[in-house]
Amino acid sequence: MLKVRNIIICLVVALVCIGAAPILADSHDPLTIYSGRNESLLGPILAQFTEDTGIEVEILYGGTSAVANQILTEGANSPADVFIAQDGGALGALAAANMLHKLPDATIGRVANAAFVSPDGVWVGLSGRARVFVYSPESLEEYGLDLPDSILDLTGEQWSGLVGWAPTNASFVANVTAMRVLMGEDETAQWLADMIANGVNAYPKNTPIVQATIDGEVVGGLVNHYYLFRFLAEDPDITATLHFFPGGDLGSLINVAGAAILNTTDQPYEALALVDYLLSDTAQEYFAQSTYEYPLVDSVAPSVSLPALADIETPEIDLSDLTDLQGTLEMIENSGALD
Amino acid sequence: MQLSEVIPPRLRPHWHYPHVLSRRHFGAAQATQLIGLTVVAVVMIPISLLVLRAAGAGQEGIDYLLRPRTLLIVGNSLSLMLAATGLATAIAVPFAWLTARCDLPGRRIWLALGLAAMVIPSYLVAVTYSEAFGPRGIVQGLLEPFGVQRLPGIKGFVGATLTLGVVSFPYIALPLRSAILQCDRSLEEAGYSLGLGRWRVFRQITLPQLRPALSAGMLLAALYILSDFGAVAVMQYNAFTRAIFLQTESFRMDKASLLALVLIVMALALLVMQSRAAGRGRHFRIGSGASRRLEVVRLGKWRYLAVAFCGAVVLAGVVVPILVLFSWLVGRQMTNPVHIPLSQLAGNTISVSAVAATVVTVAALPLALLAMRRANRANRWLVNIAYAGNVLPGIVVALALVSFASQNLLSLYQTLPLLILGYAVRYLPLSIGATESAFAQINPRFEEAGRSMGLGRLAVLARITVPLARGGILAGMALVFLNVMKELPTTLILRPIGFRTFATRIWSAYDEAFLSTIALPGLALILASAFVLLIVLRQEDILD
Repeated sequence: MLKVRNIIICLVVALVCIGAAPILADSHDPLTIYSGRNESLLGPILAQFTEDTGIEVEILYGGTSAVANQILTEGANSPADVFIAQDGGALGALAAANMLHKLPDATIGRVANAAFVSPDGVWVGLSGRARVFVYSPESLEEYGLDLPDSILDLTGEQWSGLVGWAPTNASFVANVTAMRVLMGEDETAQWLADMIANGVNAYPKNTPIVQATIDGEVVGGLVNHYYLFRFLAEDPDITATLHFFPGGDLGSLINVAGAAILNTTDQPYEALALVDYLLSDTAQEYFAQSTYEYPLVDSVAPSVSLPALADIETPEIDLSDLTDLQGTLEMIENSGALD
Repeated sequence: MQLSEVIPPRLRPHWHYPHVLSRRHFGAAQATQLIGLTVVAVVMIPISLLVLRAAGAGQEGIDYLLRPRTLLIVGNSLSLMLAATGLATAIAVPFAWLTARCDLPGRRIWLALGLAAMVIPSYLVAVTYSEAFGPRGIVQGLLEPFGVQRLPGIKGFVGATLTLGVVSFPYIALPLRSAILQCDRSLEEAGYSLGLGRWRVFRQITLPQLRPALSAGMLLAALYILSDFGAVAVMQYNAFTRAIFLQTESFRMDKASLLALVLIVMALALLVMQSRAAGRGRHFRIGSGASRRLEVVRLGKWRYLAVAFCGAVVLAGVVVPILVLFSWLVGRQMTNPVHIPLSQLAGNTISVSAVAATVVTVAALPLALLAMRRANRANRWLVNIAYAGNVLPGIVVALALVSFASQNLLSLYQTLPLLILGYAVRYLPLSIGATESAFAQINPRFEEAGRSMGLGRLAVLARITVPLARGGILAGMALVFLNVMKELPTTLILRPIGFRTFATRIWSAYDEAFLSTIALPGLALILASAFVLLIVLRQEDILD
């Protein structure tokens, strides 16, 4: 027993020394990125950025609304230099709080479509994503269902218990915010309530919804378009497919992932270098090829068999208007979607 | 397993020591007290600020708490607590009985395997259950030949109850088992000789002796269930901890603080109930004569049923999670584009756990000394306050610290020291308990002898007290290490940017549905925990 104890003591001492080293070591100051995008989507290109430019980064990953709220709460104390968001609304919220640095015209100019940049030039879109209904044709047939014409049709009895959503996901929150703007508060709250009454299945994020659709757990779900392609790349035999709600429906919003520089940054040049890098052909290729999003720079084409961005009938809305995330989050919470 | 984890020391009978030493040498006493006071102050600052902040919300806060949705969350938490504690008890009672008193074949192996359920973190069990029992999960695959196309799935109440019942049953089984082992055989014999049947002896004599341990264990399990975050988050059951986490996720600290306050009140109520339960009834020997162990119950043909039961417990608690993890390891899954070497995760996890365990153990030392050797009223109170961390769910501690640091102590915000502090607040009670019980086993005469031979106080501490208590202190340290290693909410909320451990990696992989990425860190975490648990069990002579 005594021997075992001595070994343990030695082990513990060694471990403490190893453990204390990084704590005591004073690290230099890398560029701090707050990311509302998943690590699996953003991590590889940021690693590439460090490799290409030698600029070290540290990245906080979280949900877009959570990260935006965190920056708002930290205020002037925020260690963040760059904010990368999953939707224009979160960027708009920080812009409204005067926390964003104006970007140079050369940077903004890379994105041709004015709908995908901030009207004040404080944030720029990096990639486009469409809200879609991912579904499994087999399940659709099994339950004898027709494809919905509108996101509002999913409250119908025939869809009871067969639809998935991710109520805390930023893209969903942005979509609901758009519904509030275009359809009205009460109608949106009613839609949420009807969806819940209809037994909608809640998931923490988009990927599990796609997985659940493939597994036949649900017939379909409300997601961003690109998640399915990540599954298809792994297994081409997957039969699940995408449905774009037609006729400029509220359910086919096109949103952007975008970037902004905080005006409290102590490294503006490195921060700008990052934003420019993310708009470079290299990074835009990456978004097109690896994350299956729509590149926003004209010189790069989307990779997968997707309808062209311009051909998607999307509701008429200014992305910067979708800033009231807090209000939407509260509406979602009060609807009981999180219970 | 450390008794101290299962029953807080202040609920155990006190060993009273003559205050020969404490009356003299006032200076040393005060120094210890001062250190103890500092530790307690550091522990209490963030919590007090959290309470103040919640209280500062005023009428608006009261409205928020009284709205139906909050009451629904209270209801959810309470029903989960009752159901899961019920399940845990239903597993623990027969399990403790079989492994303590019956001629169960392979008794010790069943005991060790059953207790191993403790080392698998609740979130890992929940993830594997929710996938295995999902509508098109592994179990459905096995049932497909019988025409089962889909299962209803277990997310929500059922899944959370199942997971937490299985994970928390050792909290009941352990104290119950030691109570069974300590039962006095002569009482039962007296019963038989007075003509009672087997059943009445059990009901009227054996059961009352076990009741304090049983109720204390049940309340402890209830406390664990109430404060667990991982299982309810994975099962998407809107209990308190998940509701609080969703608020912190959107960085709405005020509402999170309010909810946390309610959770604290509920946990405190449980603790009060627990100390009442433990205080009730006395079952110690008064007469002379040696206490004898109970006779071994012969199972006979029931043996098969008993083995089947133990097998089912081990299957649910250990085998299913590990098998599912292995299936993800070999199965065809989406590849995660973000590759984090296992060695980096292991390095971070093990080193941060080792530092935390050391810090906690050192901080606990003066408090345990005060509690054992100078148990006056003021000191007992000091130690009781330090026990506060015991009732504070990890998520509440983390929340308190993050809002404290982001507003009052920016230089600590998002740093490792803050993370370590979070672990320390949470697990200080564990360490005080272990250290206290290690000290309690030392006869104070040894220390007195040292003093009379001319050693100073510090020399006595260093050369007599600590060496004698070393085994127990180290076991306590290992327990803290074990718990820190699998702690999820504290790590998620307090970690520095880019700092990853097994727990956070498992969590984010689950979040993005990269099941294959969960497998390796999950198995590594289980393996490391099992190794540490083995050390603790050997130290405690539970398996010998």
